[in-house]
Amino acid sequence: MTVENELGLHARAAAQIVKVAEKAGSSVVIEKDGECVDASSILDILTLNCPIGSTITVRVDTPEDKDILDSIERLIKDGFGEQ
Amino acid sequence: MDLGNNNNMSHEKSKNIILKGIGGAPGIAIGKAYLVERGNVDIVDKYYIGKEWVQAEVERFKDAVNNSTKELLKIIEELPEEYRENAYILDAHLMLLKDKMIHQGTIERIEQEQINSEWALKKSVEHVKEVFSKMSTPYLKERLNDIVHVSERILRNLTGHSTDDISDINKRVILVAHDLSPAETTQIQLERVKGFITDLGGRTSHTAIIARSLEIPAVLGLERATHQITTGDLLIIDGMRGLVIIDPNEEALTYYHNEKGRFEAYEAMVARSSHLPAETIDGYRVRVMANIEMVEEVVSVLDHGGEGIGLYRTEYLYLNKKSLPTEQELFESYREIAEIMNPRPVTIRTLDIGGDKFGNGIERGHEVNPALGLRAIRFCLKEPEIFKTQLRAILRAAALGNIRIMFPMISSVEEVIAAKQILSDACESLDREGTPFNKDIDIGIMVEVPSAAVLSDLLAREVDFFSIGTNDLIQYSIAIDRGNEHVAHLYQPLHPAILRMVKSVVAAGHSAGIKVSICGEMACSPPYVPILLAMEMDELSMNPISIPQVKKMIRSVSLSDCKPLIKEVMKQRTAQDIVNILQDTFGEQFQDIASCEPLPD
Repeated sequence: MTVENELGLHARAAAQIVKVAEKAGSSVVIEKDGECVDASSILDILTLNCPIGSTITVRVDTPEDKDILDSIERLIKDGFGEQ
Repeated sequence: MDLGNNNNMSHEKSKNIILKGIGGAPGIAIGKAYLVERGNVDIVDKYYIGKEWVQAEVERFKDAVNNSTKELLKIIEELPEEYRENAYILDAHLMLLKDKMIHQGTIERIEQEQINSEWALKKSVEHVKEVFSKMSTPYLKERLNDIVHVSERILRNLTGHSTDDISDINKRVILVAHDLSPAETTQIQLERVKGFITDLGGRTSHTAIIARSLEIPAVLGLERATHQITTGDLLIIDGMRGLVIIDPNEEALTYYHNEKGRFEAYEAMVARSSHLPAETIDGYRVRVMANIEMVEEVVSVLDHGGEGIGLYRTEYLYLNKKSLPTEQELFESYREIAEIMNPRPVTIRTLDIGGDKFGNGIERGHEVNPALGLRAIRFCLKEPEIFKTQLRAILRAAALGNIRIMFPMISSVEEVIAAKQILSDACESLDREGTPFNKDIDIGIMVEVPSAAVLSDLLAREVDFFSIGTNDLIQYSIAIDRGNEHVAHLYQPLHPAILRMVKSVVAAGHSAGIKVSICGEMACSPPYVPILLAMEMDELSMNPISIPQVKKMIRSVSLSDCKPLIKEVMKQRTAQDIVNILQDTFGEQFQDIASCEPLPD
């Protein structure tokens, strides 16, 4: 999916992803340009450097975490509630 | 009296430790120390722990993280409604606390390298910094500060130091810090500070200048004061001699109690005569003006007999805020000063941001050598919109009082022409809008870069006045970092090269028919007054509190005595020779001026 909010995956957005990813049963990974990071680490997400327009892939390990995936997708699509 | 001798006070267990530093601002203060921890936390203990202690060390680290989490949660909870919006920053801090790079990384280092928590945490943070520094977006650099804040919080919990908030000090104390940045200084509630003590800094560092303008004694450049002093220690500060006494004995206390009274009586005596004109015995008249930073200081300028503002530093409004000040805000504060001082002149120096001063609203990249970097007029010419906003505010205020405008750090004729072009653009835009302003404002430049001093004959044709900023002129000419205590002693206002330069600037200004003033610290030291008079400086501008003593000095000499003196002085080969001549000639007057700064030795 594409990062649509103006500021990209900055601290505030990353923090929201972390909050969701923490609840997952197993690992949640964000990938950009072949680089994978842990979605439960705010620093990891920040180092991925995703400004607006970046294409990222979010992956979960087990089918049980499907709703986690959905929530993250919603966050990104909604632009993290930024106006 | 021997201050070091406490044998005769055998019932007292006073340590009476005397530290010698650099006197930053005169005066005496006796009070309790308040140690500002921040810079101190940087130095972390590093040691290896045995295998059997690894588990306990990990627990100790986890406890510190837990406590840090609790602290943050409490801060978030107590946040007033209007700040709630920004709580996400603290939320991010909470996440950083348990982020694997920091949390797990530190625990792994403790386990694998068998090192103490503080060291392991430092290594983890260094690692994060390294990763981040490879990505150069300013946004991430900003986030690095968050990481540093969080790690400092954990460190404080590890070492057991209590959390400090400089804006939180609630009793009158003597502030002890490793160094105080201008940004930190703006956070202090100054009415609660009796004195300043810092490890770093010299006579002309920012802290010293602030302290002098607020009449708070300061001793700087003590190197290890933050290690020797703890919060709550009883201290005496002697800002004239640059001494700090920790846990003084009764003898020292009595002595300084009396000294304090004498100093205050002297100040009062000087202040009573401060309204007399600054005129030599043989009738030569100069204008004695003040350097200020805040509107609030204007009262003190008038109280001390200031005949105008020779230097109004305008950075304050830019330093204290998250965003840039608006034209209206700037206009209001300039107008206030101009109206209070009217008809006396107010010289507004345009933004001198950069160097050691940091502006919150302005993105600036890291500079290895900020003193020689993008600052002052260079910064303003690069950011013409920021510059123009300030110029418009000045021009508007100039319609309501006697305001002059002054450009800092000019190093070439081109810069003056470029600055004047933007000024005339600002005039045009105001004219178009029909906003009242003064188009005939006097324009001047600071002569503080050696190249400007060399070009002073050419520059004099472009402007209405010169103001020699001796602090920077000395620093740039002799190549001395004035904040570096190891070379601070080489900072000599009486260096023959400096005197030649100052003299030639005055001559170039006068032959072009413009006024020349001096606004460095040099102007406020009575011993230098005869030299400045002999050069026929038109205006001397200084910290408000120095005005009475300088006026007194001016009133006690005659120009006809100073003239031959300068001839003699200009022949000398070393600063020491010049000091000797001054002492021989004016020794009597010097002794009379108890609070004058010591001559350089």
